[in-house]
Amino acid sequence: MQIGIPNEIYEGECRVATTPDVAQHLQKLGFTVAIEQGAGESASFPDQSYRDAGVQIIEKAADLWASSDIIFKVRAPEDEEVGYLAPGKILVSFIWPAQNEELMSALAATGATVLAMDSVPRISRAQKLDALSSMANIAGYRAVVEAAQHFGRFFTGQITAAGKVPPAKVLVIGAGVAGLAAIGAARSMGAIVRAFDTRPEVKEQVESMDADFLMLDFEDEEDGAGEGGYAKVMSEAFIEAEMALFREQAQEVDIIITTALIPGKPAPKLILADMVELMKEGSVIVDLATEQGGNCELSEAGKVVVKHGVSLVGYTDLPSRLAAQSSQLYGTNLRHMLTDLSPEKDGTVNVDMEDEVIRGATVIKDGKVTWPPPAPKLSAVPSEEKKPEPPPQPAPTEPAAKRSVLGFLVPLLLAGGALAGVGSFAPSSFMEHFTVFVLACFVGYMVIWNVSPALHTPLMSVTNAISSIIIIGALMQISKETPAIVWLAAVAILITAINIVGGFAVTHRMLEMFRKD
Amino acid sequence: MTDQLADAAYLGAIILFILALGGLSNQETARRGNFYGMLGMAIALIAAVAGIKGNYAVLIGTLSLGGVVGFVLARRVQMTQMPELVAILHSLVGLAAALVGYATYLDPDGQHYQGAEKTIHDIEIYLGILIGAVTFSGSVVAFGKLSGKIGGNPLTLPGRHWLNLILLIVTVALGVAFVGQSAEGGGLTPLLIMTVIALIFGIHMVMAIGGADMPVVVSMLNSYSGWAAAATGFMLKNDLLIVVGALVGSSGAILSYIMCRAMNRKFLSVIAGGFGSSSGGAAKSGDGEQGEAISISAEETAELMRDAKEVMIIPGYGMAVAQAQHTVNEMTKALRAKGVNVRFGIHPVAGRMPGHMNVLLAEAKVPYDIVFEMDEINEGFPDVDVSVVIGANDIVNPSALDEPDSPIAGMPVLECWKGRHTIVLKRSMATGYAGVENPLFFKENTQMLFGDAQESLEGVLKALGS
Repeated sequence: MQIGIPNEIYEGECRVATTPDVAQHLQKLGFTVAIEQGAGESASFPDQSYRDAGVQIIEKAADLWASSDIIFKVRAPEDEEVGYLAPGKILVSFIWPAQNEELMSALAATGATVLAMDSVPRISRAQKLDALSSMANIAGYRAVVEAAQHFGRFFTGQITAAGKVPPAKVLVIGAGVAGLAAIGAARSMGAIVRAFDTRPEVKEQVESMDADFLMLDFEDEEDGAGEGGYAKVMSEAFIEAEMALFREQAQEVDIIITTALIPGKPAPKLILADMVELMKEGSVIVDLATEQGGNCELSEAGKVVVKHGVSLVGYTDLPSRLAAQSSQLYGTNLRHMLTDLSPEKDGTVNVDMEDEVIRGATVIKDGKVTWPPPAPKLSAVPSEEKKPEPPPQPAPTEPAAKRSVLGFLVPLLLAGGALAGVGSFAPSSFMEHFTVFVLACFVGYMVIWNVSPALHTPLMSVTNAISSIIIIGALMQISKETPAIVWLAAVAILITAINIVGGFAVTHRMLEMFRKD
Repeated sequence: MTDQLADAAYLGAIILFILALGGLSNQETARRGNFYGMLGMAIALIAAVAGIKGNYAVLIGTLSLGGVVGFVLARRVQMTQMPELVAILHSLVGLAAALVGYATYLDPDGQHYQGAEKTIHDIEIYLGILIGAVTFSGSVVAFGKLSGKIGGNPLTLPGRHWLNLILLIVTVALGVAFVGQSAEGGGLTPLLIMTVIALIFGIHMVMAIGGADMPVVVSMLNSYSGWAAAATGFMLKNDLLIVVGALVGSSGAILSYIMCRAMNRKFLSVIAGGFGSSSGGAAKSGDGEQGEAISISAEETAELMRDAKEVMIIPGYGMAVAQAQHTVNEMTKALRAKGVNVRFGIHPVAGRMPGHMNVLLAEAKVPYDIVFEMDEINEGFPDVDVSVVIGANDIVNPSALDEPDSPIAGMPVLECWKGRHTIVLKRSMATGYAGVENPLFFKENTQMLFGDAQESLEGVLKALGS
């Protein structure tokens, strides 16, 4: 089957769904790969690099869509692209089915199958194809770069001959993937980073990145974790306390990066106009949620505006601004998706609706809308832990106790019986030796359990040497008169002598080697 | 020398032998323990030789020849060949026990026993020869397998359990016949037939056991050689032999038990042989979610280890095969010089003999205080930055814990995947002895360094130096 990668026609979109590197992997799965001329250009992957990776270059988008069975895209298709789709074709891209109802019905009308990378369920098995996380990671990093661009000072504190430079203070709101990436990037540039999130369980993650986690001065325990690891809407009292905190922070920090999103809802307004006013001149706010309405009242989607002396960065295309990186990660996500779709690695695709990951991602199957999927069985957040423990199985105490009594008695009875049997038939001379034998077994048992496991090999060689004590038996017979006995005894002495000397010598050699530093 | 004096000497020897085994409880006292053992043996030998009334030439000749051969063997043997050496020495004990049994049977002095004493004496001879012969042939086969002269795969004859059962029944029947005929002065024929059967039984038993079960077999044969000595002791009415035999016998039995527990297998199922075939259902290959193994170069390995704080090395039989222990030590030294905390984690059944890995590392002069047992370090893996698995497979297989229907389910394993990185040195993606896929190789934080362990490690060492 052929995989086609068209040029992204959305204005300003620089990403491409597959890099030359990823294309090579796709071919290993048995697929052929074709790309529209110049599709990788703006992500710094020229056509030649694709050609070198064995990818076919097709000049016209229409031809590419027509000849390919599977289409990989980044952005949801535009109207003209929807027109290229036909029954039997498979489209894999971002779709956002909840926000794009019209698009969904248009896509369904074509009879094609559509997999939405944004609908991949958030379970641990699907992490490698979680494109949202990949993109959020890049957006978080890029947000810090944008902030640095519009911020007039260093991030790191320095003491120079020309005076002291205080470190920049950065507040990150929302410690999801993007937030954590932003924390990491800002920290590594030397800023003092604080982070806030409504989900207390991310505190540990924030602190592991060497940032301070801001706690709310709030009475009720309220956990902001919703389904799938995302946040949910909080109570009014909570929001009030939150606002007070932000107001206080706004006077202190130089940079605010907001990443707060609630799935299926407009972004919560966290930074109000008066807070922007409170911020110092030259401060920066990067709002990653402008597409969903923005976390900041004053930020504008897709633009940088300056209000009250504060630069408000509202870009919605941060991943696209790091196109080579995003393309590579997104391409890899797509490759993992294809690996799941093509378990046989034979260049064919099986949209297996039993597979939880594929089921979740498939929003249209052969022209039928299959979105939303049934709720995932597992949630990726540790809220699982909060589920009540399954009631412990009633312990089968009764039979176990019985068995242990039996298990205790049976060997005892057997041993007693055996001893009684030996005692009633064996002559006294045998009993003496038997006593010695049994006691020696116990001594051996006690002594051997104390042997260090590291010395088991020397133990074997030394027991080998001493078990050659059989030589005593041969020595008792060597001076008999029958030649046959003497010969047998002589051979026995020879081989036991080998054993005694060999065993002790090799043990000595080994023990000499064990040494401390 | 009077009998009482000889008995006193034997008592002294017994005490010294017990002290010898007790000394092995740790490395500091082990050397002194070995010295006690030698002293005990010397005292026992002097006491026994003092009681001899003739044939000194034969005695001195055989004793010194054997001594020289033994000494040369012990000097020459490579530490990687220790399992073979131990196996062949076991066979000698078994052979000696059988020979002494025959000599006792032929000894006309034995005829003065009457009634029950006579019966018991005959049974003792019979058992002594039986155990001796089984130990002998079994150890010879074990030697062949360990030294690679015989293929390591288990030989599973059809109906082998029935065959063993028939051999057992015939042996018992022959025993009854022997005791009956011996009372009238005969009995050599059943004794000889039994010896042949015992030899066959020993061969068959060990042939059915595969390579990685060898630690159990070697310790089991160790135990047998002890019981053979004990049987000889009963035969000759000698308490020294009985006590030593019992000590060695229980030592081997405990080692076998420890080895079985480390593999989570029943002793009987190991002895019954044919791993995998008896436990039904070949290894299931997970649920198709293996993913791909990521390979790594020697240079990258060196870099990872250099940047690590905690490195754990997990050696297996592959290290012994590649003779890589010296390079491992060089690497350890280089890393420790850079301030990396290097430790070794030893699984009880790593290698072909209990404690095999410890001896190899000791030979390469790895200090024993950085070599740890599985139970000591398994908790600590989350703090380990890099685990290096050298030629081991089943002992680091997570499916032993995760997959209840895996053939190795329940076997305790070194949980190296809980660390940050695992590097597996391996020749290829082939499965281990148990024939079970190892999901460890496909974990995200696992990298594979393919190739001969020795060559790979030399590459790592070189990269560490540069």
